[in-house]
Amino acid sequence: MSKTILSRRGLLRTGAIAGAGLAVPTIFTASSARAFTNAPSGGAVTLGFNVPQTGPYADEGADELRAYELAVEHLNGGGDGGMLGTFSSKALEGTGINGHKVEYVTGDTQTKSDAARASAKSMIEKDGAIMITGGSSSGVAVAVQGLCQEAGVIFMAGLTHSNDTTGKDKKANGFRHFFNAYMSGAALAPVLGDQYGTDRKAYHLTADYTWGWTQEESIKAATEALGWETVETVKTPLAQTDFSSYIAPVLNSGADVLILNHYGGNMVNSLTNAVQFGLREKQVNGKQFEIVVPLFSRLMARGAGENVKGILGSTNWHWSLQDEGSKAFVKSFGTKYGFPPSQAAHTCYVQTLLYADAVQRAGSFDPCAVAEALEGYEFDGLGNGPTLYRAEDHQCFKDVLVVRGKENPTSEFDLLEVVQVTPRGQVEYAPDHPMFAGGALGSCNSGA
Amino acid sequence: MLKLGKKDFTLFLVVAVLAIFAPFILNPFPTDSAMAQFNAGYPDLMQRFVIFGILAIGFNILFGLTGYLSFGHAAFLGVGSYSAVWMFKLLSMNVIPAIVLSMIVSGLFAVVIGYVSLRRSGIYFSILTLAFAQMSYNLAYSVLTPITNGETGLQITLDDPRILGITATADGGIPVTNLFGLEMRSFETWNVGPWAFQFSVGYYVAAIIMLVSFYVAIRIFRSPFGMMLRAIKSNQNRLYYTGLNARPYTLAAFVISGMYAGLAGGLLACMDPLAGAERMQWTASGEVVLMTILGGAGTLIGPVLGAGFIKYFENIFSKINDQVVHGWVSFLPDGLEDVVVAIIHPFVGKGWHLTLGLLFMLIVIFLPGGLVEGGKRISALVSSRRNHNAGDAEAQAARQQPPAE
Repeated sequence: MSKTILSRRGLLRTGAIAGAGLAVPTIFTASSARAFTNAPSGGAVTLGFNVPQTGPYADEGADELRAYELAVEHLNGGGDGGMLGTFSSKALEGTGINGHKVEYVTGDTQTKSDAARASAKSMIEKDGAIMITGGSSSGVAVAVQGLCQEAGVIFMAGLTHSNDTTGKDKKANGFRHFFNAYMSGAALAPVLGDQYGTDRKAYHLTADYTWGWTQEESIKAATEALGWETVETVKTPLAQTDFSSYIAPVLNSGADVLILNHYGGNMVNSLTNAVQFGLREKQVNGKQFEIVVPLFSRLMARGAGENVKGILGSTNWHWSLQDEGSKAFVKSFGTKYGFPPSQAAHTCYVQTLLYADAVQRAGSFDPCAVAEALEGYEFDGLGNGPTLYRAEDHQCFKDVLVVRGKENPTSEFDLLEVVQVTPRGQVEYAPDHPMFAGGALGSCNSGA
Repeated sequence: MLKLGKKDFTLFLVVAVLAIFAPFILNPFPTDSAMAQFNAGYPDLMQRFVIFGILAIGFNILFGLTGYLSFGHAAFLGVGSYSAVWMFKLLSMNVIPAIVLSMIVSGLFAVVIGYVSLRRSGIYFSILTLAFAQMSYNLAYSVLTPITNGETGLQITLDDPRILGITATADGGIPVTNLFGLEMRSFETWNVGPWAFQFSVGYYVAAIIMLVSFYVAIRIFRSPFGMMLRAIKSNQNRLYYTGLNARPYTLAAFVISGMYAGLAGGLLACMDPLAGAERMQWTASGEVVLMTILGGAGTLIGPVLGAGFIKYFENIFSKINDQVVHGWVSFLPDGLEDVVVAIIHPFVGKGWHLTLGLLFMLIVIFLPGGLVEGGKRISALVSSRRNHNAGDAEAQAARQQPPAE
């Protein structure tokens, strides 16, 4: 007769081995059912909101996050529904996406490509995000778009204005609703011609990185087509905070228009310096000296304060627009947060809705099906008039606003007035336009 | 064993075991529980842990041994990444040539920067390295855009030549970084009850390289060369008086340390083929210094712990938003819930820097030797308590617990 002596250690060891043995078969059940990356299981689907929460664009990021939270609320049937009521597609019913309740995770891009990719990766790998959206810089947008292409999820770009995002760096899994530098140039030039005449000499100060260059290129081409002469283009380092040394030479260059291809803090500082130097009171070549800021945003206008009055620029959207979609969005955003949304908030809100709608119409979260539903899609009622998501480069085509800093603002939010709504036809370009050439969408990746 | 002393071998073994079982250790909470927020066992973060561990190990060879505080180590990290991505663009998607080139290029870079900077010591050396790093950053950001792709960062594209590999996969996608066909990004998920453990190829490749680097670092620490470096730290003048020229030793340490950083940069690019200029920014250099000090400068394991600590905060705490906090405290009455959320709010999400800063202050003030000193104090506490309870023999055994160095 044998007697089994079971020590505590022995019992633990046997238990562990048995447990591991039992668990082994589940290895095979885990990954085999996967048709595409992060296919939602259970009743909820997770979206990843990747916005700058620290760093130079933290203001934009905070506003984007508010817009995303609002969009999720509306998709799940909460609040007043916002733009769901005015959107031309009626596929969304306020019951989540495809019957899945919408949940979200957030991350901090820090406006650094590296950090943004790390944060997006963790959303995809850890939290099972099916779509990544957000960002407030083109560098980050391009980097995260590349990542999403590799990982097999959809990327809905936030605020990114460089031509490259849907130009040489375009990707099959990436989509941009925001307008771009070319469109700014095309919309702004005719207004500049009307207001300042066709015989002008322009001096460019340009932030020395990809976005600045594409904008300079675009504005230069558009104004030169108008008959303007470009006297000089000067690159300024991104980290520059005092632009006095760049402004002084402008006075002696014989130029009568200063174009500031700056964004965010750069623009606030360079504009303030230019105004302090008295440029706007100068008469050069018998004409009034003018300053132009091609990409405007309300958050920047607030930073520049008084100096922004009367300055022309372009913007993607403004809360004072009077169409039904804009009014509905401003109302529900204002009710929830107590102030009107910025253009960054608008584009992010719209992107979320467009994604949800595309999933609903495709009947699947499969990135390839979603991409197909978005490609060549015509819609309306989201604040920019009739809009097309072009299939060739995944860029939205819509009206562009030319705005001017208001002379008599009635509140701290009422800083810009819309000068002209430039119709879509005027800002369209061929997909193989030289400013956008050199990239390829490639094929859609579902991560299968 | 492995030509290591007994203590060092035990330490190496502990690190190896931690690295191998990291997917389990870092995922202690079931996937659906509220605590899953704190799990760190997903491929990307685990890769970052070991890669920044390599960076910190290398930095420690310079700072911990010679006392030269380089404030520009991120430059080597960036250079390594750019070299690796160029290798992916031109040669093939295999990671071996990329890693080799990134180490060579960063080594050459270190020779040049080191040759100039090491003419000074102390704060002047730090400022010189900082200046070089900022210079590299600004060059990469704008002037050298044809090589670095500026702000956007260098990425692999569909029309790269890749003479030894393929330009594009059969279905029109960009090929994936691999080690002789083993894809870096592929991973297996193992579901055990409510837990899900992810085993990533990229992580294990990086972990093996980290173990090798760790082994090399131990050997350097224990070698006559390492002793020489320590002598430089304690009193450089005395060395000169005895007729020894310290410069070649410091330069060698600087280059080794730079190559470690280049290796880390190359590995980052292997796991995720992108190289951005931000990798060279002074904040990135500062981060390495923080990692080393936080973990314990001059100790072997300290920098690795510090790297893990900082990366954990950056990636886990920054993702806790108000919605998540509300979820934790939802059991409280409404008014109280909002108050608690308002108190926690500044410390999580975008406030992760604040939490990290506070912890850093606490550690530097109360544990000047970093996390390693904390570990030592705890083990001393445990062993003295055991001394009380048990006989001498056991206390002896406890004392032989691996000290952190």
